[in-house]
This record gives sequence, C-alpha cells and structure tokens, in this order.
Amino acid sequence: MSRPQGSGGGRRRALQVKFVPDEEVLKHIADDTGTKARKDKAQLSISVKTFVKKLENISDNKAQEILEEKKYVAALGICTQDPVENGSSVSGGEIYSFQTPKRSSKMAELASELAQTPEKSVTSDDSKCPEKTANTPQSSSNKKKEFVSTTPYRLRKRLAGPDFDLESESEYSASCSEEEDEEDQQEVNTVLSGQKTPAKTKAASTPRNSLAKKIKEEKMSNLVEEYFEAHSSSKVLTSDRTLQKLRKRRLNQETLHDLLKKAPLAYAAEIKELNQQHESLFSKWMLQLHLGFNIVLYGLGSKRDLLEKFRTSLLQDSVHLVINGYFPSITVRSILNSITEEVLDHTGTFRSPLDQLEFITKRFKEDSSLELYVLIHSLDSQMLRGERSQQILAQLSSLPSVYLIASIDHINAPLMWDQAKLSLYNWLWYETTTFSPYVEETSYENSLLVQQSGSLALSSLTHVLRSLTPNARGIFRLLAQYQLEKKDNPSYPGLSFQDFYQQCREAFLVNSDLTLRAQLTEFRDHKLIRAKRGADGVEYLLIPVDVSTLTDFLENEDEDM
Amino acid sequence: KVQEDLNKQLLDNLVSFLSRSHSEFQEKTTEWTCQMKFREIPTAALVLGVNVTDHDLTFRSLSDLLQDNITPYIALLEAKDCPGIKNLMQKLMAQLMNCSIDVDSLEDEDYVQVSQNRIRCSMSSLSKWYKSVTKKTDSETPSQKRTSSSTYWKSPPIVVIFKDMESFTTKVLQDFIVISSQHIHELPLVLIFGIATSPMIIHRLLPHSVSSLLCIELFQSLSCKDHLSTIIDKLLLSDQFPFKLGEKVLQVLINIFLYHDFSVQNFIKGFQLCIVEHFFSQPLSVLCCQLIDLEKRVNSLSHDQCENIRRLPSFRSYVEKQESEKQIALLTSDNFLKEESQKLLEDLHVYHYNYVSVLRCLHVFTSSLPKYPLGKQIRDLHCACLENPVWETEEYESSLQLARMLNKSDLVTLLQQCVEILLSSSGKEFDKTVEKLKEFLTQFQNLEAEAFQERDVSVSSLKELQKKTDLYHLQKTLLELKESRRSKKLTKFEMLRFEVVDYIDCLVRKYLVPADHRTLHEILYFNTASVLREHLNAAPRTALHTALNNPHWYLKNQALKCDGGSISNKAPDICIVYKLHLECGRLINLVDWLEAFSTVVMAAEAPNADTAPSDQVDDIIHARFIRAVSELELLGFIKPSKQKTDHVARLTWGGC
Repeated sequence: MSRPQGSGGGRRRALQVKFVPDEEVLKHIADDTGTKARKDKAQLSISVKTFVKKLENISDNKAQEILEEKKYVAALGICTQDPVENGSSVSGGEIYSFQTPKRSSKMAELASELAQTPEKSVTSDDSKCPEKTANTPQSSSNKKKEFVSTTPYRLRKRLAGPDFDLESESEYSASCSEEEDEEDQQEVNTVLSGQKTPAKTKAASTPRNSLAKKIKEEKMSNLVEEYFEAHSSSKVLTSDRTLQKLRKRRLNQETLHDLLKKAPLAYAAEIKELNQQHESLFSKWMLQLHLGFNIVLYGLGSKRDLLEKFRTSLLQDSVHLVINGYFPSITVRSILNSITEEVLDHTGTFRSPLDQLEFITKRFKEDSSLELYVLIHSLDSQMLRGERSQQILAQLSSLPSVYLIASIDHINAPLMWDQAKLSLYNWLWYETTTFSPYVEETSYENSLLVQQSGSLALSSLTHVLRSLTPNARGIFRLLAQYQLEKKDNPSYPGLSFQDFYQQCREAFLVNSDLTLRAQLTEFRDHKLIRAKRGADGVEYLLIPVDVSTLTDFLENEDEDM
Repeated sequence: KVQEDLNKQLLDNLVSFLSRSHSEFQEKTTEWTCQMKFREIPTAALVLGVNVTDHDLTFRSLSDLLQDNITPYIALLEAKDCPGIKNLMQKLMAQLMNCSIDVDSLEDEDYVQVSQNRIRCSMSSLSKWYKSVTKKTDSETPSQKRTSSSTYWKSPPIVVIFKDMESFTTKVLQDFIVISSQHIHELPLVLIFGIATSPMIIHRLLPHSVSSLLCIELFQSLSCKDHLSTIIDKLLLSDQFPFKLGEKVLQVLINIFLYHDFSVQNFIKGFQLCIVEHFFSQPLSVLCCQLIDLEKRVNSLSHDQCENIRRLPSFRSYVEKQESEKQIALLTSDNFLKEESQKLLEDLHVYHYNYVSVLRCLHVFTSSLPKYPLGKQIRDLHCACLENPVWETEEYESSLQLARMLNKSDLVTLLQQCVEILLSSSGKEFDKTVEKLKEFLTQFQNLEAEAFQERDVSVSSLKELQKKTDLYHLQKTLLELKESRRSKKLTKFEMLRFEVVDYIDCLVRKYLVPADHRTLHEILYFNTASVLREHLNAAPRTALHTALNNPHWYLKNQALKCDGGSISNKAPDICIVYKLHLECGRLINLVDWLEAFSTVVMAAEAPNADTAPSDQVDDIIHARFIRAVSELELLGFIKPSKQKTDHVARLTWGGC
C-alpha cells in the first residue's frame, strides 16, 4: 500500500509512513501523484478506500463477536446480584487453570504458612497466593525469597528442621533431588517466558488484530507443550516415605468411627443454619416434583441427612423408595426388583431389565392413582454411573407418576448424561452445600488408605477359610506362600494350574486334578482367587489381595496352627 | 391454572409440529405410488437437526398422522432397543401385530397373542401374517363398512421408522435392509430414517451394495430456530396469557437455547419453570389472570395482599407522583386501592396489547433494513424493547436513518403490512393509527400520479433542450436544471417519507415503553433470571470449588473470613486437605500430606503452644485426615494409585 516513491529520500519516507493511519497514506499518495494523470489518482484512491473499508469491516466483525461473547457471559452471569448463597459466580478459568509443574515440598511450605497465619492475624494479609509469590522472586517478601533461592532439597531440610524432627531427614534419593533441580530450572524458564509474553503484548499495544491473534495462538501452543512436557516424564517427584515407616497403628473401621465421633464437628451452628435454609425449600420441591420435574441436589457435603429429613417430613404417608446408591452392591436390577416386588406386588422374574422397565411403565400407565417417590442417594456412585443403568433410571424417572429426587457428589457427575438422558430426567438443579461429613457414603469405600481396606479383606479371608477343611486351607496357604515369594516381581502372572497341581500333590493335599478343580471352584465362588488365561493358554491363579494383607493372613494362620 | 397454561403450550407446540410433518407426508404419498414397482425399498430420510430431544414429539405426531390417513401398520424403532437383528425383528413384530389388533379387533386376538410369543420372528412369518391380515381386511371392508379402514389403501404399506438412525449399529441396519429387500414383493415396506446430522451419514453407514437397495428421498424439517420463533410468537407475543417474561429471563432462556442445546423442549421447560416460580414466589400472582376474572379477584384481596401491593416498588413510585390527597387515599383505604389497582392492571393489559402490535409493525420496518441494526428476529427486537426505552439506543437511531432512505415501493409495502397487522389486532386505539397510515398510502399513490406528471414536464424540457443547438443556451439550461434540483432538495416524496418515519417513531415512543416502567408490572412479569439460571444451567463444579476454596461463602463465621486465594487454618478439614493437595503434582504422598495436615490443624488448635510436636500424629487428627481424604476421593479429586506405595493420584487439572 505504501510503496516507496523511487527517489533517494523515498526510502526514509516510506519507513515513516509505515505506522501512519491509512487515510494519511491515501492523502500522501494523492498529493504526490497529483501532478500526474488524474485518472490514476482516482483509481488509486478508490482501491485504497476499499481496502480501508475492508479493514474496518474486519475489525467491526471482531468487535461484534467480542461484544456478543461479553453479552452472553453477562447474561449468564446475572446471578451475582443474587443475595442468597450460590457459589457459581466464578468463571471457569479460575477453577482449574493450568499450572506449572510443582515440587513436592510445596505442600509442606503451604502447610507451614497456613500454620503461621494466626500469629500475624486471622486474615492472613501477606500470604495471598503462595505459589505465585514463590514463582516470582522479585515480588515476594524477604522470607519467601529465602525459600526460593535454595534448592528444594535444602528447603525441605530447613523447613522441616525447626518445625518437627523427622526421623530421617534425607528421605529423598540423590538422583531424585538432582532431577528436581533440573526440573526447577526448567520451571523458572517457563515461568519467565510466560511472563514475557504478556509484557510484550502490553508494550506493543497496536490495535492490529493479527498480532493479538498470534499471541493467543502462541499461548495456546505454549499450554499444549507444557502439558505434554509435564506428562512426558514418568518420573514422579515425591518423597519415598510410606505409612509403614510412620510406626503408626493402622486404624480399622470401628476405631476410625469412634475417633471421629469424639472429634467435635466444626462450625455446627453455621452448618445447621445452612441446612435450615435448604429445608425451607421442601414444599417447593414437592410442588415441582408434582409438576413433572425431577430434582437433583449438588454441592459439597453429605446430602443424606437432608433427603432423609425430606422423606420423614413430607413422604411419610406416600409410597416411597430409598436407594442408597453408594452401597457397593447396588444394581439397577435390584432397584427395579424392589419396585416390581414391593411396590407393584408382582412375583415373577424378567428376562432383562428392559422388559422389567416395560412392565413397570405399563403398570404405572394403567393405574393413574399409583404414585411413587424415588430417593436416590449419590446417583453418581460407582455402580450406577454406567450408561445403561443411567438410561434405565432416566426412563423410569420420565414416568409422570414417578417422582425422583437424587443427589450427586462427584465433580464430573454431569458428564454421565447426554442430551437425551437429560431431557428424560428433566432435572431441576438445586445447590445444597451442607458441609456435613460423608459418613455413610465413605464407609463402604475400602479402596483408599490402607488402614481400612486391609482389615476388611483380612477378616473375610480368615472367616471363609475357617469354614473349610484343613486340606483346602493347605491348598490356599500354598498359593499364598508362592505369591508372597514372588512379590518383588511386578509382572507376576500367577501360579499356573499345572505347577500348582504338582505342588499340591507333593504336599499330599490332593490326589487328582479333579479334586483340586473342585476346591478351586469353591475358592472362586468366595472370590478368594482369580483365574486368568495367559498368553500361552495356560490358566494362572492369583489371590487378589495386596501383599501386606497376605502376610498378615499367613501370620494369623501360623498362630492358629 | 398453571396446569392449564402448560397444556396450552404443549398443544401449541404440537400443532406446529403437526403442520410441519403434514406437508412432508403429502409429498410422500405421491412418492410411494411410483416407487412400489421397483425392487427398491422406498425410504424417506428425515433430516431433523441436532435437537435430538425434540424429535420424540415429531415422530409421535408423524406416526399418529400416518395411522390416521395411510396405514395402520407402523413400527417405531429406537436404537437402544435393538442391539441385534433379532431384537429388532422382535420389536418390529410386536409393534406391528399389536397395532393390527385394533383393526380386526376381537376374533384375531388369540391368534396374535400366540404368534407374538411362539412364531419365530422372521421376515417370512411377517409376510405370512401380513397376507392373512390384508386378506381379512379386504373381505371385511365391504361387509362391515368400516370407515376407518376404508380410508386406507387396498394393501396398506408397512411403515418402519428408525428414530435415531445414527446410533443403530451398521450391521443391524444392513442386515435388515438386505433381508427386507428380498421380501419387498410380498411386503410393501417403507422405511423412514430420522437423521440428526446430515444426509451423508446414510452413505457412510451403509455400503454401496446396501444403499443401492434403497430409494431415498430427502426431507428437511424446519430448523429449530424457526420453531423457536414460532413458539415465541405464539406464547410471548400473544395476549392469551397474562403471564409475561422479563427481559433478563428471556435473554437467559434464549442464550441457553442458542449456546447450549438448541432444544425447543428445554426452552419450554424453562418457560414452565418460570411460571411455577412466578406463581410460587410472588404472592400477588393471583392477580395474574385473564381480564375477565380480574375484577372478582381484585375484590377478594385481603388486607395483607393490599399491603403487598403497597410494597411493590413500581406502585410506590406511582404513589409518589400522585397528589397528596390521592396518596393518602391509596395508602390508607383498601377499597380505593383495589379500584385503582384494577384500573392499573387493565391499563397494563391494554398496554401489552398495543405493545405487541406496535412491536410487530416496528419489526416489519427493521427486518427490511440492511444489516439489521435491531436484529433479524422479532425476539431480538422484543428483548431490546423490554430492556430499556428502545428509542434511546444507537441501533434505533441508525435504523431510523436507514428507514429514511427506503425507496418508495418498499415503503408502501411495509406500510400495507403494518396496516394489516394493526387491523388484525382489533385494538380500539388503533383506529386512528390505521387511518393515518392509510392516508399515507393514498398520499403515496397521489405522489405517483404527480411524479408522472412531473416527469412529463422534465421530459418536455429535455425535448426543448434538444431543439436548441446553441451551446450557450444548452449550458444555461443545464445550469438551471441543476439549480432547480439543488433548491428542491426535498421532493414531495422525501417529505412524505420523513413524515412516515416520524410517525412510526412517535408510535414507538408511545407504545413501546419498557414493561418495568409501568406500574404493577411485577404482577405479570417474571424477572428473576438468577433463579432460572441456577436451576436450569447449574454449575456443580463451581459450587464445589467455591465451597472448598472459600468456605466463608457458605459458613458465615468470622474465623473463616479471609482474602484472596488463601484460606484460614480454621477452615473445615476437607478444605485444608483440598488446599494442600492443590500444591502437589500428579502423585501425592499420603505421609507428607498427613504431616502437612497435622501441622496446620495443630497450629489452629493451639496457636501459642510452642511445645515440640511429637513425631507421632495424634489419633484424632489422623482419623480426621482419613475422613477428609476419602471424602475427596468420593468427590473425584483423587484416586488410589498403584504406581508407588502410599500414594494417590490427582485427577483434576493442574495435577501434572
């Protein structure tokens, strides 16, 4: 557009022209070429004009888009004026923003910081965002500077030293800390580069769209790269300490329960107030249930008590069904069975849940006086979150005389439902944050925290085995011992049936492989062992229990013998 | 009363659906006749758009319609019922034989029952059944003269509708098509595919050998947007329902529709929720009724309800504007208040009445303007008018400017449309307006005549020009012409055009006052958008996040109050544990976590005790930690990991 004029001074001028508004360029060209043929000028100006127009159009469109987006956000974000509690006024980006890789010591750091807060004031003023201040050394207070300048390894020592004497301070393996240093360096680099980009944008605040777009793209690609960088190293940078070294007595379910009972519930008054707020909505729920909506409750804290209260206060006189979704052995079939058998008084079996559902639908359609309230605690539990079960429940809830009120807890629970299911469910969402502990819901969970899981499995193991013959016990012991011997081999497939038979024969436990098979079937029925076919077609046997439980079990057995 | 409203809505909805499918069906009948002879199966591919949830209604009305007019044999198949060809056939047979019951009602019932259970489901048995049934109906029709069956053809076709074609497994579909093509001579089959995406999907799902067996005709249903506008037209812009939506609520509903699901059903659901909310939360909503019932209801108002009226902000500002005597009367005498409020409510009804007609007129104007400064759809215009006085907006200014540049023929047609709209509204107040507009129209016609004459004049002058060959004279006359044109800047037409636009402007200013400027609008208009958003478009993740990050939001305790990103160390256990876990990477060491937790908790419990903490963590704290961690697991933030002993894996963002 602004071409050099060809003369000696033209180059400089052209350089100047570059950032001059388009109108002036036009004028400039027009003036210079004024003495030349007019026709030329007219054409030029026209072309320039159209170009300018185009540019404007483009920017217009962009602005429009942005405006529309804003409008949308504004329209959906109206709820901020709502005086009643609702925590959903945070934008999505704030919640789970992408973060740079973190070191394990961060936790300890934050912990000590949190612990220190009361010394300063209740409203911890200068510890606004620990991770940020740590990443940018220049903007932190002197104390945090110390933190950053040291390597994490030393930092850990320094931090840990005065606060609590650890039994072993250098739990980190050397290689680990080295790696960490490297990682640290990298992290600083990425942080720096990350800071630079926004700075650049500010400095070069030209209104060009392309520039902004470029930066945006850059940021995007940065994010992507960061993600893969973070996930590329399989090395996990955490300390190697285990709970066993803590010399800590393992808690079983009962002691845990007792201990928690002793611990006072914090903020009981406030929680009660929250609950009362929710309870005031009960009559509204009833109305909306009767109008064909179903109600789903979400928010932090157990909603069991709330639903229970709803049930006792409003549903006493009507037919209702309470489903404890968190119960580990609940299935859709059992839910449907309880409807057909107990609500509809039907004895008989069905070939498939679909048939059963059809039967229920028919019955409810025939008899319009039939009404059923279904309360489901944690609809998103492990057993019910499958696609098929959700489909069936959704169809059930879409019946006009079945009123469903359910609670969900998992953060990703809404992902269970697609458009079709959502429209079947016809949900009305209610936020009921209660902050009450999930006592019932977590009590069946035996996966996490070794303390509980071991004891449960162990008791069932010993229980089952006590009822068996000594020979059967011997067979199981053999398998357990073999498995313990191979505990260091992570790819241990199990004991092959032939080898096992051989060993059992040698120990005079069985006389034919038929008896062994009969014995194994018994084990399998009690879920004591698992059989897998290997790649070579041989059957491998495995006890699906972790190593520590197995050792405990063998010790117990030895005592018994 | 609420129920009644809901039913009406659904009816409206159905009617529009029916009219839509009816037109399609008309086309199809002609198609069938010609395709029957070939070996191909006549197939209708119905492209329905992405709003899957609305399809159910469409199909139901379609099958009802077909049943009434064409054939009793209709089977509706859904993908979730048919995982295999066997299930599909079973379903098909069951549906077909069930519907045959109502044709030959009594004598065949046991036979049908038997066949349903015993006879192996195959195409041949189906065709056998079909033959027997058609024979029977043939023999029966003349003798018994059934009106219902006489409307059917001699051999009514069997219509099989696949509701959601995309979700069927390709194997099942292929098998079914191949099998049925073998029997097409005995069975007049017609397939209907419901398609959500694009017609290309048929060819992607079916190989050429199979799709060549089909004779596909494509039908496009109305887009969901059009459907939405008809619904808005019928529900919101009609005077049948006294209940109205406020601007923000409407905006939220439309946004959910446009940005989330395109589902008309959800829109209706939102509307229903609005009605429920309004009647539940607004005590004065008793007055939200038809004009006929109004007097009775106003008279039956109790004292408390009168007080409620007095408390309405719009009523208060109304009172303030009155003279002092009237003010006192309004505030003290219930009877006077009742009279007054009845008058006001009637005004409000009349206002809405006029509002709709004028809005339509304005829409006629704005929708013809280039670039649509006030929006293409009438709903945009409606929103703009509800939000604030529309004449204060820039868009309105620019659209008026554009309207001043319309050419005559456009303007005339627009005016005619406006006259029609106003006439159809049958409002008493519009008589004058209509007259005025008609006057404009006649003026335009007069103008035309005048312009014709004028042109004659100019032509004659030009003729004169041609006569004079003198260069000087030519220049002179040209200059004169130019002069005259300049001085006569505004022709009569232009003057008239300005007048028309000004008139429209004044109509707008008179009638399109935003609803919340009217007194007592709270009774008819529902405007709490936040409630709607909360219940329809909830954000459970955000709520969880807020509860964990900022417990003070929910628990109003001074000790929890804090600023920015940190939380106080007195927060509930789960908040502390959550906050600590945010600091970790992909894996979290339970021991470190426990230690950090106990540090925080002990500091919170005994802030001044400087006793050296024991290396053994207190049992109670340990238990609390276990509880908090398992709660986090239940919430889906972490899961147990086998990668390292006593470690858990993080599941949310940032865990890397």
